[in-house]
Amino acid sequence: MNGDTFKINVEHLDFHYGDFFALEDISVGIRQYATTAFIGPSGCGKSTFLRCLNRMNDLIPETKVEGKITLDGNDIYAPDVDTASLRRRVGMIFQAPNPFPMSIYDNVAYGPRIHGTTNKAQLDEIVEKSLTRAALWKEVSGKLNTSGLALSGGQQQRLCIARVIAVDPEVLLMDEPCSAIDPTSIQKIEDLMDELKSKYTIVIVTHNMQQAARVSDWTAFFLAEHADRPAKLIEYDKTDTMFTNPSDKRTEDYITGRFG
Amino acid sequence: MSKRLANNIAISVLWVAAASTVFVLAWLLAYVVVKGLPALSWSFVTQWPTGVTASGGIFPTIVATVYVTAVGFVLVIPVAIGAAVYLAEYAASGRFVNVIRFAADSLASVPSIVFGLFGLAFFVYALGFKFSMLSGGLALSLMMLPLVMRTTEEAIRAVPQGYRLGSYGLGGSKWQTVRRVVLPAAAPRIATGIILAMGRAAGETAVVMFTAGMAINAPIFLTDPGRTMTSHLYVLAMEGISVKNAFGTALLLVGMILSFNLFARWMAGRRG
Amino acid sequence: MLAGARAASISQSELENHDVIKERVLHGLLFASACVAVLGLVLIFAFVAVRGVPIFAKAGVVQMLSSTDWSPMDGRFGILSFIVGSFAVTVGALLLGAPLAVGAAIFLSEIASPRVRSIVKPAVELLAGIPSVVYGFFGVIVVVPQVRALLGGSGFGLVSGCIVLAVMIVPTIAAISEDAISSVPRGFREGSAAMGATQWQTIKNVVLPAARTGIVDAVVLGMGRAVGETMAVLMVLGNAPVIPRGPSDPASTLTSIIILDMPYASGDHQTALFGIGLVLLLLSMSFVAAIRILSRSRKAR
Repeated sequence: MNGDTFKINVEHLDFHYGDFFALEDISVGIRQYATTAFIGPSGCGKSTFLRCLNRMNDLIPETKVEGKITLDGNDIYAPDVDTASLRRRVGMIFQAPNPFPMSIYDNVAYGPRIHGTTNKAQLDEIVEKSLTRAALWKEVSGKLNTSGLALSGGQQQRLCIARVIAVDPEVLLMDEPCSAIDPTSIQKIEDLMDELKSKYTIVIVTHNMQQAARVSDWTAFFLAEHADRPAKLIEYDKTDTMFTNPSDKRTEDYITGRFG
Repeated sequence: MSKRLANNIAISVLWVAAASTVFVLAWLLAYVVVKGLPALSWSFVTQWPTGVTASGGIFPTIVATVYVTAVGFVLVIPVAIGAAVYLAEYAASGRFVNVIRFAADSLASVPSIVFGLFGLAFFVYALGFKFSMLSGGLALSLMMLPLVMRTTEEAIRAVPQGYRLGSYGLGGSKWQTVRRVVLPAAAPRIATGIILAMGRAAGETAVVMFTAGMAINAPIFLTDPGRTMTSHLYVLAMEGISVKNAFGTALLLVGMILSFNLFARWMAGRRG
Repeated sequence: MLAGARAASISQSELENHDVIKERVLHGLLFASACVAVLGLVLIFAFVAVRGVPIFAKAGVVQMLSSTDWSPMDGRFGILSFIVGSFAVTVGALLLGAPLAVGAAIFLSEIASPRVRSIVKPAVELLAGIPSVVYGFFGVIVVVPQVRALLGGSGFGLVSGCIVLAVMIVPTIAAISEDAISSVPRGFREGSAAMGATQWQTIKNVVLPAARTGIVDAVVLGMGRAVGETMAVLMVLGNAPVIPRGPSDPASTLTSIIILDMPYASGDHQTALFGIGLVLLLLSMSFVAAIRILSRSRKAR
């Protein structure tokens, strides 16, 4: 673990969906070159919180964010921030694999292209490198021109990872990346996360306790204690500590399975 | 930075496209309403046109429009619903179903002037119905057929399978199931489709001109001819006579058809 | 006892028989209803063809399609100028209307707030139902004088025709394109945004390609409507049976000449008008075929 440098720092964040108060007073520091897991029961707002970190929630109308989130010390909700540049630095993998309806090659080349790379040789190199890093190159190197939609679910998800790696972000947000794919692919993606950690800061939302324990260095537990109350951050600690010796009763209850 | 600039330019262009679309359509509507309102009065809708300038009212054309639309409506309902029930519930998919679908799609794309020509050749001349509400209604019903067929079939297909199984499980026959379970469940959506089609029929000009005729007449029998509001508006606008009455007719027509469509929307919304 | 049981069983089987017959009759009636669409199409073809084909035999297909000399009283039936007129008005209307409509559709689906969208979208759809004769009237009263003031001449002509027709097809194209664009899965947009694409890059590179076939369908449909449109065009086009030399010249279309001449046409003249109807019918059928082929190739993809 690379010290205690905070890549992302969140202070007193409140989040509203229209009239619904979803998250209350969240403060958390995401450490650089480490993997942080967000856990908690479904509907506790952990995905919503994740989507605040690259302003993905801006795409949803009538949402409101209060508080402060900084990336390398700079406020990402400041008025002059360009969300496109922000998301280039803070990439995201989604729950359902969402390759574009184009070839495998074009999927991976999409990011570099929109950021101005047009040189074919350069693109070829980026595509190969990204697919290799995403542990997909061996499977698809012979059929780069077939549609990304023709791949299996697990392959599609790795394609999406390759696609994000191709724009070389600093942070990778993963929103339950393994919930819709087969066990073999889950194994591959977890191995991949372990490798990627040396170069990226990773945040993963998962409802799978074992997965959180396996892949993460730090864990944050979110909980909305009543259905109509906003979710809060209950506990945030090293993963080892959290899973062996949680300090909050509610965390212990959840981890040992009482909340489901 | 140029990426951001391109983004801002593109979004401005899209904004302008949307704004001008809304502006042009709102202008058209406002124009017809503002210019048409002064022409509207009780006598305008209850009296006959008078003199060579067709001043006075437009009563007979309203009767003809309502009459011919109603005839089309009555004729199209059993056929369109029967065809849709057949396609959705009875027909095994196959070549013949494809033929029916192709025919319906093709009918939907036939220009209205061709329906008019056909009505003239077939109903007016060949069958000897002359220019009449019957000829007009028949031609309109053929024009409405594909639209009502499609919306009805979609409505029937949207009825959950469980409803049918429930009825079969109680020993209901196929027709009993269709009549007592499927059609009632699909009724609001079917009605929506029919109302939309009626709106189209009421606004049709070329078809009725060649089949219902241009005579200013308040039709009573199916064999009577009559000039509809659309045909009347055409004459007023083209001859440049009685512009005030033209606006009044246009407003009544638009009001009638928009209320058809709003009613259809309301029906569709109520179902959800 | 036995007799009673037998009687009961007979009436039972009669009842069932009755039901079976009823089902059969109903099945037959429903089948017949379904055939009406086919029958209607065949009759339309047959009656328009029977009345129209003789003119092609008499005046010659090539001669009719290649000549601009429309003098029905003198037995000359060149319809080239109408074909050119229909083509010019349709293309002009599409060039004006389609970008506007698709732009508006993109705006509604991608940029507008849900509140704006929930008001504007139904309004645009409702306007698709306004009768064409009202669009034509609006053209005569508003568009023609403006064109006259700007370009001189009478104002009745190609430019007015294109403008009125464009206004008329915009709601249709916009509503259908908007459906196609908004049915593009949200994941595509999020995936693109998550890589740092600007909104326009996402629209241009992901959303529009994914919605392309739907948008093409919408434009083809608008085109079909434009070719077949009669009243709106007729009222503002000036209706001279010549090939227009400039944008403000009057013109005629396949549809307008039928309405204009039919009231007084007889003999070969009337036959020629049915012949023009046949040409229109074939044109509209080829649009259906085009859409079918498009949608088939989309399925194959």
